[in-house]
Amino acid sequence: MTHSAPDNPRHNTMTPDSNSATFSPRPPAFRLSAQLRAFLRNPAGMAGLLLLLAVLLMALLAPFIYPGDPLDMVAQPFLWPGANPEFPLGTDSLGRNVAAGIVHGSQVSLQIGLSAAVVSLLIGTLMGALAGYFGGIVDDVLVHITEMFQTFPTFLLVVVLVAIGQPSVTLISLAIGVASWPTIARLVRAEFRSLRESDFVLAARSQGFSNVRIIFQEMLPNALPSIIVTTSVMVASAILIESALSFLGFGDPNRVSWGSMIGEGRESLRTAWYLAALPGTALVLTVLSLNLVGDALNDALNPRLRSRDA
Amino acid sequence: MNRVERIGRVVRRTLLHALPTALGIVILVFFLLQLVPGDAVDVLAGESGSATAATMAHLRAQFGLDQPIVLQLYHYLGNLAHFNLGFSPRYNAPVMDLVISRLPSTLLLMLLSQGVAIVIGISLGVVMAAWAGKWPDRLLSLLALLLYSTPGFWIGLMALILFSVHLDWLPSGGNATIGAELAGWANLKDMLRHAVLPVLALSSFFIAIYARLTRAAMLEIARQDFVRTAHAKGLSPLVVTLRHILRCALLPITTVAGMHFGNLLGGAAVIETVFSWPGLGRLALEAVMARDFNVLLGVLLLSAFLVILANVLVDLLQSWLDPRIKVR
Repeated sequence: MTHSAPDNPRHNTMTPDSNSATFSPRPPAFRLSAQLRAFLRNPAGMAGLLLLLAVLLMALLAPFIYPGDPLDMVAQPFLWPGANPEFPLGTDSLGRNVAAGIVHGSQVSLQIGLSAAVVSLLIGTLMGALAGYFGGIVDDVLVHITEMFQTFPTFLLVVVLVAIGQPSVTLISLAIGVASWPTIARLVRAEFRSLRESDFVLAARSQGFSNVRIIFQEMLPNALPSIIVTTSVMVASAILIESALSFLGFGDPNRVSWGSMIGEGRESLRTAWYLAALPGTALVLTVLSLNLVGDALNDALNPRLRSRDA
Repeated sequence: MNRVERIGRVVRRTLLHALPTALGIVILVFFLLQLVPGDAVDVLAGESGSATAATMAHLRAQFGLDQPIVLQLYHYLGNLAHFNLGFSPRYNAPVMDLVISRLPSTLLLMLLSQGVAIVIGISLGVVMAAWAGKWPDRLLSLLALLLYSTPGFWIGLMALILFSVHLDWLPSGGNATIGAELAGWANLKDMLRHAVLPVLALSSFFIAIYARLTRAAMLEIARQDFVRTAHAKGLSPLVVTLRHILRCALLPITTVAGMHFGNLLGGAAVIETVFSWPGLGRLALEAVMARDFNVLLGVLLLSAFLVILANVLVDLLQSWLDPRIKVR
């Protein structure tokens, strides 16, 4: 009952799988640590990771740093940053604390970024895996659906979907996820098409594994590195879409978000430009941190690309 | 394969493949829009404030909004077959006229920003690839990543503060100076002055995409055998970079450019709102808010056609760049 998989790059033949009927597609521990070390050696990636952790900490500690509703009026309006030490980043046109808004706004951005990415991962992986694994008419149909969604301007689809119900963080996450899965589907389909021909899949088939098991237990773990890299990009782009949405006033009216702060700051752009500049800076830094981490993950998980940059 | 045959194949594939896609979008969106609460008459009545139930029912009957959904779809598709996009209750005008009147300004914005993004992006990518790993590459890579992480509307707002409010070099909105009856050269200059900031805002993200892609593709191709052969022939490094490596790198770039064309209208919607640019994207957003679904469908259909057209052009361009690629 030994079925080694020599063509599978993530499957080390030294792992003792001789007494088990199933494969363990999980890479051996030393491989992972090499990837981890490659990631840790990348200064840009580490800077991104630290920045991301700082934003995460800000989101978690928001209720303790600035207790109370950040949408409450607390001081005179249009207080410039630095004018009053109690409000280090000033106040907006309604006398709301800008610093509290930025700290609380990180919650909405991260929440929507993560959950939208999960939604698009679920749909995209399923669609891509089915299309790539089965090929033929299933592939034709799914590729047509994917193309249809890609012809559709993503942002307008999100706007239409959000208009269906009351704008809330959950609905916005769902809408962004539903509108942006084709990226994942294309990627997973390409991975599955190349994996389908490899020996370990043939071996799994010859053992009589079900399609479901081959897709999820055998092939998916092998497609995981590229999915992980794309996930960080998906989170970043979901945050950008959410910011544009709430910038235009389609966001959740009960939650403060960086996009809505920029949108409100736009009304007084000539007199108080800091109202648009400050939340925008927080937004750029957060998205930048995700992209830095994504690039470093890409270099660490795809060694072929890493050597190219050296 | 001669040129006529090649173009014939592209047209046939488009008809067989892309048109059903566009039709699918229309039908999907049509049903999706039925889920959106309220219709155009509700919004009109809410704005006028003096509508009675009888006038609202009359308006609905006039625009056919009282009919069953399937019948409405049937009528819409029937109109579509006659190149009629329906009527807008909101603007009280045929949708075709509305869309056509907004098309040139959006097209100008899209083509200018894509042109700017491709030229600047590819130039940055070439420089980054040529100095890969050295400081010009690191600096430009960071800049590209920063552009990639910055929402275009925010770049637009910041540029507006600097160039329009503080320096007063450029106009802050619209696509022409109101009341100035300009003609010819002066008109073009005026329009371009208005376009600078929106184009900057819309192209920033794509500059980053093309720059990163060019760098990666060129580094990948630079290791191939034919490049070594070209060097061995004694060609100058500049010629090898531009004529051999860049030409091959243009293939993935054109693919991605075609892929992003569909998203361009979504980005344009936000930028057009920031700069009060009278374009299709803003029209689509206003249509969603006014529940004027015929207008929204019209804009989406037109944008689908633009995407299809862009992809046909990409196909032809690729088979010209690399004659081995057969037009599918």
